Amino acid sequence: MGDTMTSPALLDVAGITQRFDVSKPWLQRLIAGDPIRVLRAIDDVSFSIAPGTTLSLVGESGCGKSTMARLAVGLYTPSEGSIRFAGQDLSAARAQPALRRRMNMIFQDPYASLNPRWLVTDIVAEPIRQFRLAQGKAAIRARVGALLTQVGLTAADGDKYPHEFSGGQRQRISIARALASEPDFLVCDEPTSALDVSVQAQILNLMKDLQRRLGLTYLFISHNLAVVRHMSDRLGVMYLGRIVELGAAETILRTPRHPYTRLLLDAIPDLDHIGRARTPVGGEVPSPIAPPPGCSFHPRCPLANDRCRQEKPRYTVVDGVQIACHAVEEGR
Amino acid sequence: MTPLLEVTDLTVEFPTRRGTLRALDQVSFSIGAGEVLGVVGESGAGKSLTGAAIIGLLQPPGRIAGGTIRLEGERIDTLPPDRLRRIRGRRIGTIFQDPLTTLNPLYTIGRQLTETMRTHLPISESEARDRAIGWLDQVGIPAAAHRIDAYPHEFSGGMRQRVVIALALCAEPRLVVADEPTTALDVSVQAQIITLLKRLTRDHGTAVMLITHDMGVIAETADRVAVMYAGRIAEIGPVSDVIRNPAHPYSRGLMDSIPSMAHRAERLRQIDGAMPRLNAIPAGCAFNPRCPSVFDRCRSDRPVLLPAGNGQAACWLHG
Ligand SMILES: Nc1ncnc2c1ncn2[C@@H]1O[C@H](COP(=O)(O)OP(=O)(O)OP(=O)(O)O)[C@@H](O)[C@H]1O
Ligand SMILES: Nc1ncnc2c1ncn2[C@@H]1O[C@H](COP(=O)(O)OP(=O)(O)O)[C@@H](O)[C@H]1O
Ligand code: SF4
Ligand code: SF4
Ligand SMILES: [Mg+2]
Ligand SMILES: [Mg+2]
Repeated sequence: MGDTMTSPALLDVAGITQRFDVSKPWLQRLIAGDPIRVLRAIDDVSFSIAPGTTLSLVGESGCGKSTMARLAVGLYTPSEGSIRFAGQDLSAARAQPALRRRMNMIFQDPYASLNPRWLVTDIVAEPIRQFRLAQGKAAIRARVGALLTQVGLTAADGDKYPHEFSGGQRQRISIARALASEPDFLVCDEPTSALDVSVQAQILNLMKDLQRRLGLTYLFISHNLAVVRHMSDRLGVMYLGRIVELGAAETILRTPRHPYTRLLLDAIPDLDHIGRARTPVGGEVPSPIAPPPGCSFHPRCPLANDRCRQEKPRYTVVDGVQIACHAVEEGR
Repeated sequence: MTPLLEVTDLTVEFPTRRGTLRALDQVSFSIGAGEVLGVVGESGAGKSLTGAAIIGLLQPPGRIAGGTIRLEGERIDTLPPDRLRRIRGRRIGTIFQDPLTTLNPLYTIGRQLTETMRTHLPISESEARDRAIGWLDQVGIPAAAHRIDAYPHEFSGGMRQRVVIALALCAEPRLVVADEPTTALDVSVQAQIITLLKRLTRDHGTAVMLITHDMGVIAETADRVAVMYAGRIAEIGPVSDVIRNPAHPYSRGLMDSIPSMAHRAERLRQIDGAMPRLNAIPAGCAFNPRCPSVFDRCRSDRPVLLPAGNGQAACWLHG
């Protein structure tokens, strides 16, 4: 089902599925008589993002957020469905440097994503060299200095190694590198999850400032709903590879309609609930290798009935929000 | 009345080639029987070291260089290792971030529970087994009588942390030190574990030192909270005061930087700069280079904990 949106999308994800073969090696499988096992990390997902806006994906570990992130920048080719970037099919776009330059990714772990043996200057300069965005040592240095300044570091920081920086500063370096190719689309996979809240505030403010100044479009991934609320225009809630609720972030967070979204909102420990006593929903996210039939949330859902156990829910649109739930559709 | 745990001027140092690093500097606080004290602060503030010093698990070359730790009035920081080991387990239970650091992969969870109980309590093997099943049931492991003979790897992350809670509580300790017990878990499972920990410790009258960087968890769980910064306690007081009306400029900045579910701001308030490294802690108040209220005295004199509202703050604004 298409996503309801007015302006033409920068990124348009249509009915994509991503399968991974997680079988044992074939010889082992042959001896033990094990079947081929396929994991469906993304299951028929559609959404689109308008230029200059932020769409966030939230969900618990293993629900497919990082897989979606990699698909969105063309690091995986979807098993089914298509992704269009600026009107062009992404699998073709990846082959064109002019389009590849326009998208980049920021990761959760600023330690692992920076090469420890490179000077910061060389880390940030790599995309500039790769796409020939500046010629000659002096011009490249000047550009790197400007990028470092833009993310709140100094040009002199270019002469240091990543290990000389704190976690928050390293994330600033990652952002400078991501901006070096002058992209208009950034996929940010849990960019502040490894950071302390006070450092997180600095990075989130920086990301918003940059978005405003450079007109960036973000696909923002997080498991923290308060962070998502702060950053997003639109929001998709994921559970076991599917988007169960998709629409304006404010609407969903003010009036969550899908039972899983409600569970998530209810589970967040919050400063406004000092001493709250509650009865949390039980159970954990099941394995995506053998997801429950019908609505995959049914084993944990307080509203589940027979139909939920057999039939996959389709989207119902309420208040401009798409919700994949039989109870919502039936008005229960 | 003597508090259950009383820590006074605790100082922990690491001798290094380039001089001695002071990682904890005159940390003082107490926890009453049945009370939950939350300990917050950004990474490197000294939360885990405080917990490790109390349970006698400081990793050498780290060492207690000053101060005292008393449990029910008795000094425990000077005890020989074997005495301390007995106290840990019997009178102090521990819960860490990663359940696999506590659970032995080679033993069934039933064996780990019964051995812990039999080391510390005068009970028979069959009684211990019955109690083990009871504990697994209390922590919400379904079909406990059946699951008791399973190995740790047969459980999910959330279930393992439930087993660790059972293990921490089964010898009926007076104090539990929990260091980031929910940080590695999914949001919905975090809520389950926190609720469980809160209920069981209340039912058994166990005091808890809950170390976490998640203010939300503290808000819902703790009675009082200590905010740490650069190896010192910046502020300590009742949880509602520290969250709603912090007395120390650092705690105020920390609370303001947390994105809220209730209202959306265009920008988050941020504290510029970063916590100093141990070898570069400024003179006077450790927070002074970042403090919006800094004045002359802050740069030369180190503030001690002073009465502030219903709690205490190490800040000259209250001096
Ligand atoms: N390359 C791969 N091969 C096989 N399975 C994979 C691969 N990448 C991801 N998966 C599986 O796909 C599912 C979704 O993974 P993904 O990393 O997208 O989750 P996530 O939502 O990012 O989780 P987290 O919050 O833990 O980062 C998981 O079950 C994961 O184990
Ligand atoms: N083995 C060690 N050698 C030197 N410094 C250490 C060692 N262990 C911890 N520290 C330092 O002590 C400080 C407090 O650490 P810790 O208690 O683990 O912080 P927290 O738990 O608050 O994140 C940090 O600056 C840390 O780098
Ligand atoms: S479809 Fe049924 S099981 Fe799924 S969320 Fe809706 S009510 Fe619950
Ligand atoms: S003592 Fe001074 S510098 Fe330190 S927190 Fe108080 S006002 Fe700020
Ligand atoms: Mg991920
Ligand atoms: Mg720690």
